[in-house]
Amino acid sequence: MNDTASIEKVEFSSEAKALVERIIKRYPAGKQKSALLPLLHLAQAEFGGWLSPQTMDYVASILSIKPIEVYEVASFYTMFNLKPVGKCLIEVCRTGPCMLRGAEDIVAYIEKKLGIKEGETTPDGQFTLKTTECLGSCGTAPMLQLGADYYENLTEEKVDNLLEKWKTIQNHSTYMRSNRQEI
Amino acid sequence: MGKKLLLQNEHIPGINTFDVYRKNGGYASVEKALKTMTPDEVTEEVKKSGLRGRGGAGFPAGMKWSFLDRKSEKPRYLVCNADESEPGTFKDRYLMEKIPHLLIEGMITSSYALGANTSYIYVRGEYMYVIRILEKAIEEAYAAGFLGNNILGTNYSLNLYVQPGGGAYICGEETALLESLEGKRGNPRLKPPFPAIAGLYASPTVVNNVETIAAVVPIVNMTGDEYAKIGIGKSTGTKLISASGHINKPGVYEIELGLPVEEFIYSEEYCGGIWKGRKMKAVVAGGSSVPILPTELILKNIKGEARLMSYESLSDGGFVSGTMLGSGGFIVLDETACIVHHLHTFARFYHHESCGQCSPCREGTGWMEKVIHRIEHGHGHMSDIDLLVDVAKKIEGNTICPLGDAAAWPVASAIRHFREEFEYHVKYPEKIKNPKHFEIEPFVSEKNLVTA
Ligand SMILES: Cc1cc2nc3c(=O)[nH]c(=O)nc-3n(C[C@H](O)[C@H](O)[C@H](O)COP(=O)(O)O)c2cc1C
Ligand code: SF4
Ligand code: FES
Repeated sequence: MNDTASIEKVEFSSEAKALVERIIKRYPAGKQKSALLPLLHLAQAEFGGWLSPQTMDYVASILSIKPIEVYEVASFYTMFNLKPVGKCLIEVCRTGPCMLRGAEDIVAYIEKKLGIKEGETTPDGQFTLKTTECLGSCGTAPMLQLGADYYENLTEEKVDNLLEKWKTIQNHSTYMRSNRQEI
Repeated sequence: MGKKLLLQNEHIPGINTFDVYRKNGGYASVEKALKTMTPDEVTEEVKKSGLRGRGGAGFPAGMKWSFLDRKSEKPRYLVCNADESEPGTFKDRYLMEKIPHLLIEGMITSSYALGANTSYIYVRGEYMYVIRILEKAIEEAYAAGFLGNNILGTNYSLNLYVQPGGGAYICGEETALLESLEGKRGNPRLKPPFPAIAGLYASPTVVNNVETIAAVVPIVNMTGDEYAKIGIGKSTGTKLISASGHINKPGVYEIELGLPVEEFIYSEEYCGGIWKGRKMKAVVAGGSSVPILPTELILKNIKGEARLMSYESLSDGGFVSGTMLGSGGFIVLDETACIVHHLHTFARFYHHESCGQCSPCREGTGWMEKVIHRIEHGHGHMSDIDLLVDVAKKIEGNTICPLGDAAAWPVASAIRHFREEFEYHVKYPEKIKNPKHFEIEPFVSEKNLVTA
């Protein structure tokens, strides 16, 4: 698992720094705090799929705001992981419409295949399984999200293929970045 | 085939690109508005169209626009609400994914009408790939001279940006959205002041849903009067419906308002009937927060008239026997569905999503989730059912934002119409041990139409 606590210095790549500059320009002068959510997404993708206190302090310094302003925001939104997660964070929707079309069976199936319960990470650190609330994909239920992508109309067979494919992914956030142009 | 104003070109290959969109009549509303109309004239057309906000509340869009403080020295903002997190709703995602330029065109024409020179589209963070699609389309629009300085050689300029959310349903509430866009926690604001006076950065702001803004395009192109002829009564125009659950053809459908509910559910053009040859038990017609109705009441109102897909017809009968069109999240449950189980997923959702500012909502949603869970798993008491009604009543109307109501209504309506199912769970804990209990033995019972 990537632990930024052990990294000497938290610093964005030059590519990410250029993106940060462009993002901050989207808002009026003095309103750079508006860039906080985009920057947290970027930081999470850059630094191992979660936000360590060091990462959050770094984001605070970029935006010239207090660290507490970052912590209180990061802890409010569900997409920000404040603890390390596996290389592949699998999020299965469990709300009404997905439940009606078998989401619970899909969760149970993945739990069985990975040998973990919802909320847990496999011992090798490859997979974390979570359930989420409605992801706006109810017409193609059951569904799950990995990184920036949706996988829909799931069946056990599809899940088998996906898990096989994801066994070798090195870092889900790298995976996300490879598809990403801008956040 | 019903009339289509938004999705009529969705099947044209490449319609997500600027060139193809433009060749098929795209960006005509921008040309018409910027070159031949004043901003107030555009607003006037939207007023005449009778267009109602498509985000859930159905507030007339033109009226909202006219409240915008135009005398203030401060910059004005248009913010598009693409937070779309109401369970059962996925139409905005569909529209942005298939025809991103329709939203961008609507944003330009609407921003012009409101005198906004900077506008934002706030998209829920989970739609990261949609954000990419929008950003690409915005780039194309800049390159073609439809965004940036002096659009089409006029003296109107607009910058348009996409803002990602971070995963929080409450950020769909417009003042929470503005807080979030300012880089804060998504806590809804106390109103007044309303965003029209003090919204984003305390400046006059209009917040509109994706579909509302997209509808401005056909309105400006065809005139407000012509748009108002489509639909039925005060439900003018077309509406995108997200259909999910136990139907043969889940998906997003554009309907002309006024379509009979029965036709929507059973015709091949739309939902294609109930899956697996089963019977329908209930419908949640407008996203998770609106009252659930049993088959008898969703197909016909209490007077025996056919229920129509319109704001007025769906709410006919109030909450005793009616519901709401809401966001158009149409969830169908077949005879094997368990109302208590279904309700539990919603109760858990609202508990999870409460921002925690008001105690009735913060505590009440948790309490309801717990009690429903206990009933669902056979540990409930008969008195729990009235307890739920009581908690729901105490949340309703006593909170800063309508999330409290949204959490209370599904619970109150499920008990109003399906009380016997709750009682069954209390009386026969053995029978409901298997989570698929109603698949094994569907729940049948004499049911009163209205057990208010
Ligand atoms: C808890 C809550 C969640 C909401 N979520 C959304 C949403 O996801 N999308 C949306 O357009 N409106 C949502 N709304 C409604 C907005 O507050 C606002 O009324 C709407 O964006 C106005 O746009 P409209 O007039 O075009 O419908 C929500 C309201 C509440 C109380
Ligand atoms: S009603 Fe609930 S979500 Fe809305 S402000 Fe109060 S606590 Fe927050
Ligand atoms: S309920 Fe699962 S995507 Fe909406």
